[in-house]
Amino acid sequence: MNILKFFTAGSVDDGKSTLIGRLLYDTDSILADQLEALQSSNRKNDDGTIDLAILTDGLRAEREQGITIDVAYKYFQTDKRKFIIADTPGHIQYTRNMVTGASTANLAIILIDARNGVVEQTIRHSYIVSLLGIKHVVVAINKMDMVDYSAEVYNTIIDKYKVLAQQLNLADVNYIPVSALKGDNIVQNSDRMDWYSGESLLHFLEKVDTDNLDKSQLARMPVQWVIRPQTEALHDYRGYAGRVLSGTFKLNDKVTILPSGASSTIEKIEFFDLTPVAAHAGQSVTLHLKDDVDISRGDTIVNASALPQESKLIEADLCWMDTRALDTSIMYLIQHNSKVTKCKISEILHKVDINTLEKHQADEFKLNDIGRVIVKTADALAFDLYDDNRANGSAVLIDSRTNLTVGALMFRAAVE
Amino acid sequence: MSTYNFDYLDELEAEAIHILREVAGQFEKPALLFSGGKDSITLVRLAEKAFRPGKFPFPLVHIDTGHNFQETIDYRDKMIQRIGERLIVGSVQESIDQGKVVEQKGKNASRNALQTVTLLDTIAKYEFDACIGGARRDEEKARAKERIFSVRDEFGQWDPKRQRPELWNIYNGKIHKGENVRVFPISNWTELDVWNYIRREKIELPSIYFSHEREVITRNGQLMAASPFLNMDEEDFIFRKQVRFRTVGDMSCTAAVESEATLIDDIIDEISASKISERGARLDDKVSEAAMEDRKKGGYF
Repeated sequence: MNILKFFTAGSVDDGKSTLIGRLLYDTDSILADQLEALQSSNRKNDDGTIDLAILTDGLRAEREQGITIDVAYKYFQTDKRKFIIADTPGHIQYTRNMVTGASTANLAIILIDARNGVVEQTIRHSYIVSLLGIKHVVVAINKMDMVDYSAEVYNTIIDKYKVLAQQLNLADVNYIPVSALKGDNIVQNSDRMDWYSGESLLHFLEKVDTDNLDKSQLARMPVQWVIRPQTEALHDYRGYAGRVLSGTFKLNDKVTILPSGASSTIEKIEFFDLTPVAAHAGQSVTLHLKDDVDISRGDTIVNASALPQESKLIEADLCWMDTRALDTSIMYLIQHNSKVTKCKISEILHKVDINTLEKHQADEFKLNDIGRVIVKTADALAFDLYDDNRANGSAVLIDSRTNLTVGALMFRAAVE
Repeated sequence: MSTYNFDYLDELEAEAIHILREVAGQFEKPALLFSGGKDSITLVRLAEKAFRPGKFPFPLVHIDTGHNFQETIDYRDKMIQRIGERLIVGSVQESIDQGKVVEQKGKNASRNALQTVTLLDTIAKYEFDACIGGARRDEEKARAKERIFSVRDEFGQWDPKRQRPELWNIYNGKIHKGENVRVFPISNWTELDVWNYIRREKIELPSIYFSHEREVITRNGQLMAASPFLNMDEEDFIFRKQVRFRTVGDMSCTAAVESEATLIDDIIDEISASKISERGARLDDKVSEAAMEDRKKGGYF
């Protein structure tokens, strides 16, 4: 059994919370006391049934305003998979929350209200999915009950969406007609849409192959911590602790340590009381090298035959996440895995109108703005392009005045 | 087509170890908050996997309400001896004796809320800049939105509106002096995940998690262990029941559930079939729908 992390984009009006509530409810993932709280709440649907959306509305302000303003993580499991949902708000003022929720997901569910079809926010949500490199997309055409479960309505919508998917380079797009409110095609296949021969949403989620583990050959491990017991018995013990970002390290592999460029060979791989012959993407391990090289936190151990790029000047997509606008005259901190260094945004190449996908010139970057910039770093970063290696192609910007995380960066090219 | 076996527990474990090592790398004076409950016991196991054969780069901190189950304290002391790490105890009784907090009165009195003061004092005294806790997002809906690195101001307050975006596996632990960060490495685990992990790793737990016969009373529809810490009067009727506890909190606010589960397998079966979520057995959350949110804003774990 493995984990599928998925992200849902959509607004309250699309019935997103109802969809998630329905998944939890129909998979028996709502516990009795939560159900009791739900039933005692005075929010009900028009027909008197419980409002499943309440299940995903966490904070009080959200309950008061009836909107989702942050990323809420929800968990459920079937006998096939464990699921982690990043539930995010869909309005444009919460773009940063969507970007956050999308950053860890392997699959996105885009909700479309069958009555409205592909609208501005569909474009926006799909753009974020493509920007964050989510490879698998499910387009759930919701509220089919409101359009008499019409195949024609459904087909018109997916024809329109296919054009958008192509424009955004979305590779694996799947379409499912649903009614979250009535439960059609969520867990059980609906008998009200005979014309749809595909799977229910849950069955699809259970079996989709998500490349959960990065299959790239780019073996990378940022060093988080050096284990040095310095005891009598372990006097010379020196282990480099970290999580393999991507690829595989094997015993006797030749490795390079960046930024120093030093070379060595993997002598031992440790995982607590085990000494495996290989360390794979996703695993947290301790590596031992044959040579005594100077390595500390912030360094990256990489496969010597597939080196990352190294540059102090990087072209990147930026999503701005702070209420205080980007200031191109000041220094920020950039955090790339375990490495932190100073940086500046030296140039804004363009901004994207995420409702229309049009690019335009800009000299300011405000909350929720997305566009292409040049980042100039104090120390060179050892990185891969985001599309090749998500884990080593991303970074965050930190404002050292407030210590807040103010930007998300996806590396697109080394400049020079 | 993965060529190696890396199942959901391996993935959760690897993520938690990564988070613990980020704490070690990013902070000067971290601490691990240890309650004696299964979640913090799981954290200790994860810390062993993250840092052995080295020492933990942090002490364990136990906020002792003085109303703990004796079994928990015995377990704690035995475990500390086994792992050979440093334990710091913050005493709620001391906070009461110093007049910093006042004991609650009445039938539902509990020291649970008083812990916050002792915790904040302990953090201030030792200047901890990061406190690792065993909270999980599936426990409660306010927690569902909390970050893995959750910044608290110098009053220990959590501001849900000012949370930092947390992207990919990058954790921003930068703080100003006086602030500290609560870190939750098992945020993405569910109760069942924790139990499955404990079974897989053969981790020993305090005996109160397993079925035993105990003197109890009924309070607000729930079974409470009869103890000197519970304000009882002649209306309370003490009887014996076969019970176990699903969480380890204070004796005054942790309800027992009727159970015959004597083995971890039984417990996992019981939870899989159960219809009461874990925090449902905690009276302190019942006060209002926003109870947890309010307590977290005030500096609670």
